[in-house]
Amino acid sequence: MKITIGGVVKGGTSLAYKTGSWRDQRPLIDLDLCKACGICEEVCPDNSVYAEDEIYYIDYEYCKGCGLCAHECPVDAIEMVLEEK
Amino acid sequence: MLEQTMSNVKVVEGSEAVALAVKGCRPEVISAYPISPQTHIVEWLARMMANGEMDTEYVRVESEFSAASVISGSSAAGSRSYTASSSQGLLLMTEVLYCSAGMRLPFVITGVNRALSAPITIQIDHQDTISLRDSGVIQFYVESSQEVYDTHIAAFKIAEDPQILLPVMVCMDGWILTHSYERINFIEQEKIDSFLPPFRPANFLDVNNPKAWGSYSEENVLMEFKYSVQQAMQYGKKRITEIFAELARITGRDHGGLIEAYRTEDAEVILLAMGSVVGTIKEAVDELRSIGKKVGLVKIRCYRPFPHEDIWEAIKAAKVVAVMDANFSMGSEGALGMDLKSKLCGMRDTPLVFDFIAGLGGREINVKTVRRIVEKAEEMLNKGLPLSESYWVDLNPEILP
Repeated sequence: MKITIGGVVKGGTSLAYKTGSWRDQRPLIDLDLCKACGICEEVCPDNSVYAEDEIYYIDYEYCKGCGLCAHECPVDAIEMVLEEK
Repeated sequence: MLEQTMSNVKVVEGSEAVALAVKGCRPEVISAYPISPQTHIVEWLARMMANGEMDTEYVRVESEFSAASVISGSSAAGSRSYTASSSQGLLLMTEVLYCSAGMRLPFVITGVNRALSAPITIQIDHQDTISLRDSGVIQFYVESSQEVYDTHIAAFKIAEDPQILLPVMVCMDGWILTHSYERINFIEQEKIDSFLPPFRPANFLDVNNPKAWGSYSEENVLMEFKYSVQQAMQYGKKRITEIFAELARITGRDHGGLIEAYRTEDAEVILLAMGSVVGTIKEAVDELRSIGKKVGLVKIRCYRPFPHEDIWEAIKAAKVVAVMDANFSMGSEGALGMDLKSKLCGMRDTPLVFDFIAGLGGREINVKTVRRIVEKAEEMLNKGLPLSESYWVDLNPEILP
């Protein structure tokens, strides 16, 4: 890949940049405890939490493991565990 | 031959000469924040706007950080953009200027030279613009208001060259140039228009074709981005010389290329300087030549990229180069001295280089000062030892605490 003058790139290319490789802590959602309040989805700075049919998932391709979701979860349903590769 | 009609000649304030040059370049966006001694420039432009003489978006901002940010954005949007500042204002722009150079945004800034605080002063030296030398902004320094007028018109063309695409800063000494009146030869609008076509960059911000500037980079590409700015600087040396020559053919006024070598042929002592002090040095050189002293001058017009090849050609036969720095890198020496010494180091049979710190905070430099510098350089040459530290000209040790 060649660089461009001034680093000008097409818009929307952040999707192509998989920030999940930055993660050293992995959030795990305990669906038995989860009340589907959606706070984790709101606070995620990388839009890496999403819901399907009121069930919440983490998109590990982009999640950087910052832990905000775990910190803000009112029922402590999200645990940060060491990322192992 | 070029015709010179009286209608092209007018006596104007240096700041008005800058404003008229900028107006002639038809900028689409100007941002303005006042600071002495720059303020008159944006005031003249505001007057031209109020008189309906310009078709420009004139943005009054709340700080120099915003002044630089506005033209960074407007330049990315494909608009020819301009601002001016001085001293602390230029320092406040610093972060944006590094970003703009990296994003290759070709706006033009007038850097009106003024010393930096503390202690606070409005008097001049080059510390403010020299502090921006590593940013990737091309820097020109001028001797006269005529040169500042001509250089601004060249500056937009240089900045916007598709292989350069860097901000350009035209540095002029505050008060001495901005607030004094000089006879200026102006260039007809149609000649400026044919010299400087409208700004049409290949990339610009467009809602119908979204693009991003300044996106994230890591260790696999950042060095290449920085090197590509250096490549643009290196290419710029050749292109700047061509553009200056092209403008000189239109105006009939040749201020020189990246440097101007003044009476350097057979010179044993060569002064190296930039800015308005050069006029005084030329007087001193003429006086010294009239009494048989082999003295010459190299005036630096383009400081970044640093034209060491051209300087070398002018100084290689001299015995000593007396560098006059109106700036100082605390803990080291003057910037011009450092630049020259680093390029001469490792070459054979180079002249000795002495670094003189002169004119900080508006300290007077007259013909006698220059003569004393020449005498000091000759004295050190006869001793055969280079000054290991910069020599502070006319320093008064008695008032030191």
